[in-house]
Amino acid sequence: MNIIVLSLIVLGVLGCLASVVLFLVARKFNVEEDPRIDLVEEALPSANCGGCGFAGCRNFAEACVNADSLDNLNCPVGGTSTMTKVGEILGLTANATDPMVAVVRCNGSHKNCQRTNTYDGAKSCAIANSLYIGETDCSFGCLGFGDCVTACLFDAIHINPETGLPEVDEDKCTACGTCVKACPKGIIELRKKGPKNRRIFVSCMNKDKDGIARKACSVACIGCGKCVKECQFDAITIENNLAYIDFTKCRLCRKCVDVCPTGSIHELNFPPRKKQEAVPETEEIKTIKIEDLSESND
Amino acid sequence: MKTFKIGGVHPQENKLSAGSKIQKVALPTQAIIPLDQHLGAPATPIVTVGDTVKVGQLIATATGFISANIHASVSGKVTKIDTFVDAWGKRSPAITIDVEGDEWADDIITSKEINRICKLSKEEIITKIKKAGIVGLGGACFPTHIKLTPPPGKTAEVLIINAVECEPYLTCDHQLMMEHGEEIFIGISILMKALGVQKTIVGIENNKKDAIDYFQKLANRHFGIEVVSLKTCYPQGGEKQLIDALIGRQVPSGALPIEVGAVVQNVATTFAVYEAIQKNKPLIERVMTVTGKNVKNPGNFAIRFGTPLTAVVEMAGGIPENTGKIIGGGPMMGRAHMTIDVPASKRTSGLLFMTKEESVRKEPQNCIRCAKCISACPMSLEPYLLMSLSERGMYEELEKNGIMDCIECGCCLFSCPSYRPLLDYVRQGKATVGNIIRARNAKK
Repeated sequence: MNIIVLSLIVLGVLGCLASVVLFLVARKFNVEEDPRIDLVEEALPSANCGGCGFAGCRNFAEACVNADSLDNLNCPVGGTSTMTKVGEILGLTANATDPMVAVVRCNGSHKNCQRTNTYDGAKSCAIANSLYIGETDCSFGCLGFGDCVTACLFDAIHINPETGLPEVDEDKCTACGTCVKACPKGIIELRKKGPKNRRIFVSCMNKDKDGIARKACSVACIGCGKCVKECQFDAITIENNLAYIDFTKCRLCRKCVDVCPTGSIHELNFPPRKKQEAVPETEEIKTIKIEDLSESND
Repeated sequence: MKTFKIGGVHPQENKLSAGSKIQKVALPTQAIIPLDQHLGAPATPIVTVGDTVKVGQLIATATGFISANIHASVSGKVTKIDTFVDAWGKRSPAITIDVEGDEWADDIITSKEINRICKLSKEEIITKIKKAGIVGLGGACFPTHIKLTPPPGKTAEVLIINAVECEPYLTCDHQLMMEHGEEIFIGISILMKALGVQKTIVGIENNKKDAIDYFQKLANRHFGIEVVSLKTCYPQGGEKQLIDALIGRQVPSGALPIEVGAVVQNVATTFAVYEAIQKNKPLIERVMTVTGKNVKNPGNFAIRFGTPLTAVVEMAGGIPENTGKIIGGGPMMGRAHMTIDVPASKRTSGLLFMTKEESVRKEPQNCIRCAKCISACPMSLEPYLLMSLSERGMYEELEKNGIMDCIECGCCLFSCPSYRPLLDYVRQGKATVGNIIRARNAKK
């Protein structure tokens, strides 16, 4: 009996002492942390993808709290709604950003681009790229070993076994940019999601001269410049035999798609075109119509 | 019998072309001379389109410290200074010469007569080697003159001649030793003079008995040169392994052989040094092996740089049927070619035609932690660990685990019973860590 009482007393005294010591230590080494950091972190998606440029959501939250304005801070995963919430917590105004999405700019599928050799090394784009140009004659095209798939934290990109090319799931893609960094050929780009998810882009990265590009791939951009002439909004530029559509200038008129001789300009999520008979209406009207359509959908 | 102490494997030797005489490859009608034939930056062209050049004329000069001169290997007219598609599909700068006749530069001595007397001083020898664009012909193509100029505070004690040729299949060095032994020994004396050393050890693997006998006989006539027979083991031709095997010294991690007082030169480089010093002939050709189990006439060929490899393959009997892979270099460290319609360069030590059955890599299985890769690694690394770290992009850990010591010999891959692509990932990790280290040093 005595032993039980004694041990209870000893342990109780020890416990009290320890709590006092712990209390003092906690006071001494207390780290003052802005309580808003926790609030901001809660508002963030907790994906820890690094798309914002910080190591994780917590670091981003700290950066937001310490910043004077949210101009250069953006959570691509959460988008405008999340940033508005963050802004409310911090009493700052968040800039509205256009939602972005990853776009694969290569159409060198098994059908379009002849495989000239077989690679049997480690199934990694980075490794294959360090050894040689890949299984096709195009030194700019997709290698198809799926480094982007491995990198994606949101299960939003997959290799289509039929084409051998990665395809982005628009609903899942958060535009964090991990796949962009993972691709050794630099094929993937973050582009504006566009009204009703409608986008136009050059699905090719080949900077070779037309003959070489065409020989390697039937749907390569040959840098002919027809799209540049056709574009009324100055959105298309040609550099090193390759056209690029600036998505900030593009008004989605689709004229460039029609003139491209190799079909390397792609349109996504547009309604099917009217049949040939319907074409006779003048070009101007057509453009206006499409613009109206896109604005009304915003 | 001597050999290195750690790791190593012994693949089937398959020296099919051993003993076949060196044949000269006919001059091409057009030579594409790559400007990137060495470690370091590509050379800068000094000729212009339309210029007429002679064999041995300087056409491109070294760019930066680690780089080498490039000379015309044919005579004729420069038609293009452009890029060409190399064996891996990548574009690389080159000078194209349309061949007209075979006119050599005036100062080159073309006679076969052996010239034994070298009156040049140490500095003159090194300058002449530098001018001749000589690089290590063992594989890495490191400019030779840099190796001959030890950094301040370091002195060379011993010159080691790498006549190991540990890669299976390749026999070009072996044949060169049999046919040009005398010249090689003069080359060795010249290198000894350039380095100021009194002692040279020539290491030869004991699968080349005739070469050992011949060299031993020659060594008796030369002062300070010792020939050592080594137990056949891959990668004995690696600098650090060879130093360990011959003089029992270990080069520390990250250091150069000069740290332990040794300078290693390949035997083919030694022959090139002889030609450059005694015959004024810059490095414009080399001996390469064309081999493979189905190749009709496997053999050794002296090929001028810029000659398309198709020409030499033609001489060996054409591309055999059932070829699955064409490997540039030996089977252990070589790289598979996309095409053989590419010019020969200082790097071209061989072409190996592997049959479809031999060349297919088996499907990788899980690591069973058998540690065979660790036993095989000649640099005491843990390849299975390096692979996992590289796969996960853990570059700091990779650096701590000594990835920069990897010599990319492929012993791990060779010994893995699960056919795991160890070297593929290790090489990738090493390249990335190398970039990180360089970026860090640049910041400092």
